[in-house]
Amino acid sequence: MTPLPISAYTVTSALGAGRDAHWNALRSGQSGLRKSQFDTNTLDCWLGEVAGFNTPLPPALAQWECRNNRLALFALQQDAFMNAVAQLKARYAADRIGVFIGTSTSGVQHTELAYRERDPATQALPDWFQHRYSQNIFSIADFVGHVLGFTGPTLAISTACSSSAKVFASARRAIAAGTCDAAIVGGVDSLCLTTLYGFNSLQLVSADICRPADAARGGISIGEAAGFAIVDPNAKGSMQLLGYGETSDAYHMSSPDPEGQGAVASMRAALKSAQLAPEQVDYINLHGTGTMANDSSEGRAISTLFGNDKPCSSTKGWTGHTLGAAGIVEAAIAMLCIEHGFLPRSLNTRTKDPAIEAGVLMEDRHAPVRVVMSNSFGFGGSNCTLLLGSAA
Amino acid sequence: MSVWLESVGIAAPGLISWNAAREVLRGTQPYARSDVPPYAPSLLPPNERRRATPTVRIAFQAAEDAVQGSSIAAAELATVFASSDADLNIIHRISHALTQTPRLVSPTDFHNSVHNAAAGYWSIAVGARAPSSTISAYDFSFAAGLAEACTLVEIEQLNTLLVAFDLPPPQPLYAKRPIACTAGVALVLTPTRTAKSFAQLSCAPSRESITTASTPALEELRRGNPATAALPLLEKIAVGLSGRVVLPRSDDAGLAVEVSFVEAR
Repeated sequence: MTPLPISAYTVTSALGAGRDAHWNALRSGQSGLRKSQFDTNTLDCWLGEVAGFNTPLPPALAQWECRNNRLALFALQQDAFMNAVAQLKARYAADRIGVFIGTSTSGVQHTELAYRERDPATQALPDWFQHRYSQNIFSIADFVGHVLGFTGPTLAISTACSSSAKVFASARRAIAAGTCDAAIVGGVDSLCLTTLYGFNSLQLVSADICRPADAARGGISIGEAAGFAIVDPNAKGSMQLLGYGETSDAYHMSSPDPEGQGAVASMRAALKSAQLAPEQVDYINLHGTGTMANDSSEGRAISTLFGNDKPCSSTKGWTGHTLGAAGIVEAAIAMLCIEHGFLPRSLNTRTKDPAIEAGVLMEDRHAPVRVVMSNSFGFGGSNCTLLLGSAA
Repeated sequence: MSVWLESVGIAAPGLISWNAAREVLRGTQPYARSDVPPYAPSLLPPNERRRATPTVRIAFQAAEDAVQGSSIAAAELATVFASSDADLNIIHRISHALTQTPRLVSPTDFHNSVHNAAAGYWSIAVGARAPSSTISAYDFSFAAGLAEACTLVEIEQLNTLLVAFDLPPPQPLYAKRPIACTAGVALVLTPTRTAKSFAQLSCAPSRESITTASTPALEELRRGNPATAALPLLEKIAVGLSGRVVLPRSDDAGLAVEVSFVEAR
């Protein structure tokens, strides 16, 4: 593919609001994970909760009320992203800008709250609950389009934890096919009991902090996050989407193929679309959830394709697993790594699992970074790999 | 965007398969509304077939119907699954369980709750390793899915299966999201003409008014499920006359689909 310029991006996670907060946390090794209290959660686990956003939406947006849309609106205010949006509006007609947003659960936390207030006699949900503008998967994409004033093709992609990596692929295709001139891509997922108790029921939530690739890793720490980027073929951004790969495991609903064949195919497809060789990749941001199955399978896939010396790490020890937002969060981190010439270590990893032979970074590195690969793998065997790079 | 159409699949009230639906939609058989009878997906292994959720069943029923009429093996097809709400039965069960003490969420429910569950089961069942996307665009999910599928076909040059489906939620969610019936619609689209290609589809955004279905009963069905928003397109395909329909793509815009028939080779 022709590299697609990324003219602006922003990210908000447990590390803070905006890119500087993320860069500062990365270079200082400060995790955003805490043993915090979320809602009425009683599980003993670490969470990546975003601070400072959970206030009511402005009256004009009141019908969209839910934690997920609140987080989206807060994240859109960071890094002068709205200024970049205004420039985009000046350049293109509103109906020529696409909106592609990844989410796994959208505003389902609002449904959880509504179920607590069911009418005791009729079981009816409270009047304030509006399914379309909160729980529905499309709500987040519709909300972002509404807030930004764009009316081009608007779509929510929901492929579990690969959702907001795949938005880049869909947006690039839509631009190439001429259905829009440029696009907002992003991902938003917010904490809810559905995912906490759901992942816990699968015994995938760690009581300990998330320790990717550690010999004694115990599972994921769930986080929330929102991130957005502008892809504009006519912009002169310093960052570019170089390629992407999308594959399906065809193996199991909630476990990766132990041989990592789907992951290998996804990374190969990304390299092919970018016309890059494995040696041209400077750093790989792993999916690296901290579960036994994911990290083993992904490690095997990396070794198969890159050998055991390619610098790689998961940054989920910083942010937690932000599920449907993981793709955009890690794309943003990839771009920060390129900007700052920085390869982050695998935070919280004490003893690397000897069964993982891939070159997982146990120390930070400062070195020029031109090309980063970012992996996102989801339930249902949905794999997506992005290649991001600096414009030559 | 222009793609080739090889086959259609459907499972909706009174339109139990594409073969049956074609007769009704071209007016040679009367429309008799009745719910889709329970379906056992033939491509799922027996143990999975028994456990399959209604959501997975309806998606498979439409997909299997389309794949049957296609010249391309299911394993070779990229997929786009389009659903406004996927499995609200599960969302209801989990939301209810979270109000109880202790909070016992079923692990099976949780892994089937992901929006892409049907896509996951499909890829496992048929061994499809190609790109797969699952999207939502509320009531506009069919047109959004069709546009997404068309870009996969055109830009990635992939033979692609589009599957749109939704189901009525249980109460109390039904009062908030009254999807009237269970329905699925599927298309197999290709970038180049095959021996089975019988029409070309071209999509473009449109501000024209939305095409309605030809009879009051079919119009009621069209409005009753995000997947059956495809009915005006399916009517055009069944009749076999080239022409144009406009499907809902947002509250105030549509996706115009131009259908051009060709002689089967």
